[in-house]
Amino acid sequence: MRMFFIMRRYPIIPMMVIGLLIITAIFGTWMEPHDPIRADVLSRHIPPFWMEGGDTKFILGTDALGRDVLSRIIGGASVTLLVVTASVTTGVVVGTGLGLVTGYFGGLVDDVVMRVVDAWGILPQLLIIIIIVLTFGQGLFVLIGVLAMLSWTGAVRLVRAETLSLRSRDYVLLAQIAGASNTRIIFRHILPGVINMVIVTATLGTGTIILTEASLSFLGAGIPPPDPTWGKMVGDERMYVGAAWWTSFFPGIAIAMVVMSGNFLGDWMRDRFDPTLRQL
Amino acid sequence: MAKVILRRIVLGFIALFVAMLILFSLSRATGDPRYIFIGPEGIGIDPEVWDLMGEKLHLDKPVPVQFAYWVSDMVRGDFGESIALQRPVLQVIKDRLPNTLKLAVASWILGTIIGVPLGVFSATNRGKFLDYLFRGFALLGQSLPIFWVGIVLIFFFAAQLQWLPAGTKGEGGFISFKHLLLPAITLAWYPAASYLRITRTAMLEVLDTEYVKLARAKGVGMYTVWWKHAFRNAIIPPLTLSVFVLFGLVNGTVIVETVFAWPGIGRLAIEALWATDFPLLAGITIIFGALYLLMILMLDLVYAFLDPRIKYS
Repeated sequence: MRMFFIMRRYPIIPMMVIGLLIITAIFGTWMEPHDPIRADVLSRHIPPFWMEGGDTKFILGTDALGRDVLSRIIGGASVTLLVVTASVTTGVVVGTGLGLVTGYFGGLVDDVVMRVVDAWGILPQLLIIIIIVLTFGQGLFVLIGVLAMLSWTGAVRLVRAETLSLRSRDYVLLAQIAGASNTRIIFRHILPGVINMVIVTATLGTGTIILTEASLSFLGAGIPPPDPTWGKMVGDERMYVGAAWWTSFFPGIAIAMVVMSGNFLGDWMRDRFDPTLRQL
Repeated sequence: MAKVILRRIVLGFIALFVAMLILFSLSRATGDPRYIFIGPEGIGIDPEVWDLMGEKLHLDKPVPVQFAYWVSDMVRGDFGESIALQRPVLQVIKDRLPNTLKLAVASWILGTIIGVPLGVFSATNRGKFLDYLFRGFALLGQSLPIFWVGIVLIFFFAAQLQWLPAGTKGEGGFISFKHLLLPAITLAWYPAASYLRITRTAMLEVLDTEYVKLARAKGVGMYTVWWKHAFRNAIIPPLTLSVFVLFGLVNGTVIVETVFAWPGIGRLAIEALWATDFPLLAGITIIFGALYLLMILMLDLVYAFLDPRIKYS
C-alpha cells in the first residue's frame, strides 16, 4: 500500500522507462543478442518465442529479412534518444534566446521574429518538414534540424510573453537603475523566472517530437537505412502485418511507452515546478 | 471590434507572405531551381529546353523579381505544374481534396462527439473509476503513434476478423462508410484525447464556481447543472481547440492516408515526396496555410458571437 502512494507521488515507472531508454541507447551495442543490421534469409518471420514455431534465440521474433526484432528495437533506442534530445535542446535554446531578446528589447527585432513565428505557425508542420527533407536530403542532421524547428516557435511565444511581464517588475527596474547591463539583467534576473516553465513545456513537448520522428521514419523521410529506427521498423513491415504482426507491433509499443513516460514526467514536473500552468 | 478584425486580417496576410518567402527560399536553397525539375543528373536535357525553362521561371531576372513573379502567380491561382503528374498543381489538388475533406471532417466530428462528452463525464466523476478509465483512454490516444494504431486496426478488423476493408476509399457513391470507418477512427483518437483533456479541465474549473454550487444548493437537478449551467461556460476551450484539431488533422491525414491507401491530399504529398515534386508540395502547403488563416479568423468571429464577455482590445 505504501508503495502505491509513493508511485502516485513520484513518477517511478516513467523514470524507469526513460532510464531504460538511456541505458539501452548508450550500451545498446553490447546488449543486442544479434546484429540488428545483418540480414539472414533463412530465419525470416520467426514468431516470438512463446508462439508456435518460435525460437528462444529470437525472443520477439524476426522480420522479413530475418533480423532480430528485439535487437533492432535496442538499436533504435539510440537514434530516438539522440534525435529527440538534440532537437529539443536546439529548439528550446534557440526559442528561449529569441524569446528573451524579443520580449526584452521589443522594436524591430520583435516584429520580424514574431512575423516569422506567425508564418511558421500557419504552415502545416508535417508538410513543411517533408519539403525541407526533400530540399536538403535525408540525414541525421536534417532530421534534428527540422524537429528542432517544431519546438522553437512555442518557446519563443512563451518566453516572450513571460519576459514582457517580468521586464516591468520592480526588481528588474531597480537592477536597471543600479546600472546592471542588459546582458546581466536578462541572464541573472529574467532567465531564472522563465526557465522552469521552459523546461516543463519542453518535457511535455518531447512526446510530440518522438511521435513526429517516428511518423517521418514511417513515411520514409527520416534517417536513411540501414540504421534501425522504431518508426521505420513499423513502416517497413506493415505489409506483412497479416502474416507477422510482431514485426510492427513491438516497435510501436516501444514508441508508445517512451511517449507516455515523457507525458507523465512532463505532467509531474508541471505540477511540481509551475502550478500556474496546470490548466494546460 | 472592426479595427481588431482588420488588424488580424493584415497580420494574416503578412504571415502568408512570410510563409511564401520561406517556401521560395527553400526552392532556391539548393541552387538553380531547374535542377528540381530535371533531377540531379540532368541527363539528356536540351540546352534550348533548359533556357526556355529558365525563361519560364524568370531566372534571367534578379531574385526579388523572381519572388514577385512567384507570389503574383500564386495569388492568381497559378501554382505551377506538378513535375510528376504533368498537370497544373491546383487541378491535382482539386481532384484529391474532397477525399481528404471527407476523411478529415468525419474524424473531426467523431473526435468531438466522443471527446467532449467524455470530458464532461470525466469531470463530473472526478477521482472515480470512470474518470480514470476516460483519462486512460486519452493517455493512450496521445501516446500511441497513429500509423501503428492504423496497422493494428487493420490487423484485427481487416486481416483477422475480415469485417472491414483494409484500405482505399471504396467504389462509387458519396462515402463508403465501410471504408471510412477504420481510417476515421484512427485519425479521431488523438483529437478525441485532446478534447477530453481540455473539456475536463474547463469543466472542473466551472464546476468549482459559486454559481454552480448555488444552482445545486437551490435544488436544480444534477444533469441540468452540468449541461445547462456548467457546460455552456466550459465550451470556449474545446471550441478554440477545434480549429487547431482541424489543422492538426492535416498532419494526421498524411499518415493515415498512407496507411489506408486513401486517395487524398496527404497521400498526394507523400507521392510528391517520392517523385521530388516540389511545386506540388509547395502548392499543397500554401493552400492549407491559407485555409488555416481563414479558419482562425472565423473562430474569432464565432467567439464574439458565442461569448459576449470576450472583448477585443
